[in-house]
Amino acid sequence: MRTLIFRTVAPFLSSLMILFSVFVLLRGHNEPGGGFIGGLIAASAFAIYGIACGVSPVRRALYFHPMTLAGLGLLMSSAAGLLSIFAGVPFMTGLWVDVPLFGDTVALSTVLVFDIGVYFVVVGSITSMLLALEERSSD
Amino acid sequence: MASSDKTNIDLSVAMITEAPPLADWLVIAPLLLCMVVGAVLLMIRKETRAQPIVAIPGLVALVIVDAALLLHVMANGPVTMTMGRWLPPFGISFTVDILGALLTLTAGIAALAGGIYGAGDVNDTGRRYGFYPFLFLMMAGVSGAFLTGDIFNLYVWFEVLLISSFGLLILGSERGQIDGATKYAFLNLVATTLFLIATGYLYGIMGTLNMADIARKAPNLTDKAPMMTVVSLYVLAFGMKAAAFPANFWLPASYHTPRVVVSALFAGLLTKVGVYALMRITLLLFPAERDTLAIVIAVVAAATMLLGAMGALAQTDFRRLLGFLVISGIGVMFAGIALASPGGVSGTMFYAVHSMIVMTALYLASGMAARASGGFSIAQPRGLYQSHLLLAAISLILFFAVSGLPPFSGFWPKVILVKASLDVGAWWLAGAILLTGFLTTIAVGRVWLHAYWRPDASDTPAEPVSLSPMRDYLPLILLTGLVVLVGLFPQRILELTQTGSEQLLNPLDYIRSVFPQGEVK
Amino acid sequence: MEALMTLLVGIFFAIAIYLFLSRHIIRILLGVTILGNAVNLLIFTSGRLTQEIPPILSGNAAAARQMVTANPLPQALILTAIVISFSFFAFLLVLAYRAYQELETDDIEEMRFAEPENQQLPPLGY
Repeated sequence: MRTLIFRTVAPFLSSLMILFSVFVLLRGHNEPGGGFIGGLIAASAFAIYGIACGVSPVRRALYFHPMTLAGLGLLMSSAAGLLSIFAGVPFMTGLWVDVPLFGDTVALSTVLVFDIGVYFVVVGSITSMLLALEERSSD
Repeated sequence: MASSDKTNIDLSVAMITEAPPLADWLVIAPLLLCMVVGAVLLMIRKETRAQPIVAIPGLVALVIVDAALLLHVMANGPVTMTMGRWLPPFGISFTVDILGALLTLTAGIAALAGGIYGAGDVNDTGRRYGFYPFLFLMMAGVSGAFLTGDIFNLYVWFEVLLISSFGLLILGSERGQIDGATKYAFLNLVATTLFLIATGYLYGIMGTLNMADIARKAPNLTDKAPMMTVVSLYVLAFGMKAAAFPANFWLPASYHTPRVVVSALFAGLLTKVGVYALMRITLLLFPAERDTLAIVIAVVAAATMLLGAMGALAQTDFRRLLGFLVISGIGVMFAGIALASPGGVSGTMFYAVHSMIVMTALYLASGMAARASGGFSIAQPRGLYQSHLLLAAISLILFFAVSGLPPFSGFWPKVILVKASLDVGAWWLAGAILLTGFLTTIAVGRVWLHAYWRPDASDTPAEPVSLSPMRDYLPLILLTGLVVLVGLFPQRILELTQTGSEQLLNPLDYIRSVFPQGEVK
Repeated sequence: MEALMTLLVGIFFAIAIYLFLSRHIIRILLGVTILGNAVNLLIFTSGRLTQEIPPILSGNAAAARQMVTANPLPQALILTAIVISFSFFAFLLVLAYRAYQELETDDIEEMRFAEPENQQLPPLGY
């Protein structure tokens, strides 16, 4: 699989896919998209990079272990639901804040935090599974 | 967009407008605690020393929260919290009655014992692999399954606990573990898929998946015929999860392969989730269909308990023997579901609590016995009575309890179940329960005599291994203490399970807790 | 339309069960995938099929109430089920691969490491 063409293209392709995954994640706010599908795209980006350049560059590039990312995501999602205890509404109620930014208002919400958490859970768990498979098939 | 729509829409039509009382947060507190601590543990996975230091206080907190939830439910009846402010059945409800709260608490206690034992039993590799994070995620799944009030949500929690149990199962990556995990994974996949199929049909028929909503609409359903299919599928799916007779073979194939503490947690928690789900579905939601299926469930119950006990008689490996005893206990619990009288249901609840504690303790004891004597085989005398008197004494108590002999915790639920069977004239079911007790006594009596009582006759007696009082004996004594306590003072638990069975058989309180306006006209 | 879908679901189930009865894990794995899809289609059909627009509200709320949209709940259920069956499949794939490497077989009949065939009998007396 490690042809010159693939190895040259893979880093660009991966970075493009990760960018796209963030776009899909944020698009999920009001339109089709969201954390799960975004996370899958990001995980496949890491998988492509791993196939092209080997598993250890991916692990170096990620810096954190993928499962650590998954843990972070789980924490974020749970915390996003828990915030509603302070607003006196049931668990997982969406809370919204309008933040003025560059002359426009951006609606931030706990829903977004939850979705970013889902994104990390999916990226972390799927990447760690794919990397484990790639590590095994290469040796 | 959030602020502009509010002007012309009356929120109270679709949303809960009053703030939930702070005490109601206890409903999801066990779940949240498990997820948050599990997430933190996942992030510090490499700090093998810190893992138990974070995990064990976390488990203690879990037990405290579970106990508080049980007290809250005892004081106020079933408690509901609906997610995201949407009115039920549109929001996902978590509804807790005494059955759910009692089993959650028992599961928490078993997990605490396992967590303490795991500090000594699971080495650094196992901890780095994620024993404690998986334990917490599994507890999140178990607690979620016990607490949720929505059938699809129940399915999700089943999957959460299943996937984390896979992680625990292959913690050591030995050949036997991979073999056992393969069978466990595929058969449980079939069971959860059956569960999902039934849920799909149920949604097609009822148009709702909220348990309270189903419970109030089911009696008015005009088209009864498809419900029988759905309920039969549920019985098959949960019977498979609980390892009831024709679908029990995954359990003895896998439960003896992982680390002892993992086996203990599985034996204590996982099959009981299947029993719980069956109770919830058949008793609360579809009592009419259950009545038709009662004879099937009763035959399955009798076959499961007898087959389990006979399987235990045929085993040489201590852990495999215990696996069959788990199955036998499932049969006893099914008997109460088949009877569905207040006595029978309260007996099943009592037996579930007893079985969770005793099976966890027995697996832990088997691990300690194996470490002290060098193996799980019961064929050679090992002289544990001479070398480890306390362990031998505790094991004897647990053997008595699992056989259902007085004065320990296994005695009372069996008395109730036998009496409930005789009340409806099912003498053969009562006979099966008694015969199971007898066969179990023979099976565990043989273990006691051969592995504990007889002195080690080999030429080179094994070096006496010392067991740690904190990591090994503390969890075992905690669980055995409960077994003795429940056996000597069964009154409180008995009252609790009786109230619980009334709540389950007359679901009005349960429905009122979700829909304050009561039953549908 | 529902009848046609039901037939399709039935065919999917038949294929999945046929593959499940195989002795080779890799075929069972293929069966798992097809079974997952069969169940998803079943839930989808249970939610009734309508030729309407997707249940995404846009524009003003008053106009949205007039629209007849597809039932969003089965779609949400299926999405959840897809996520779960996907992670399940990923795990099973890793497990099967590990089993193939460690046990050197993908034949269920030859997997006897957890339950060896010639077991020693337990003591037959007291």
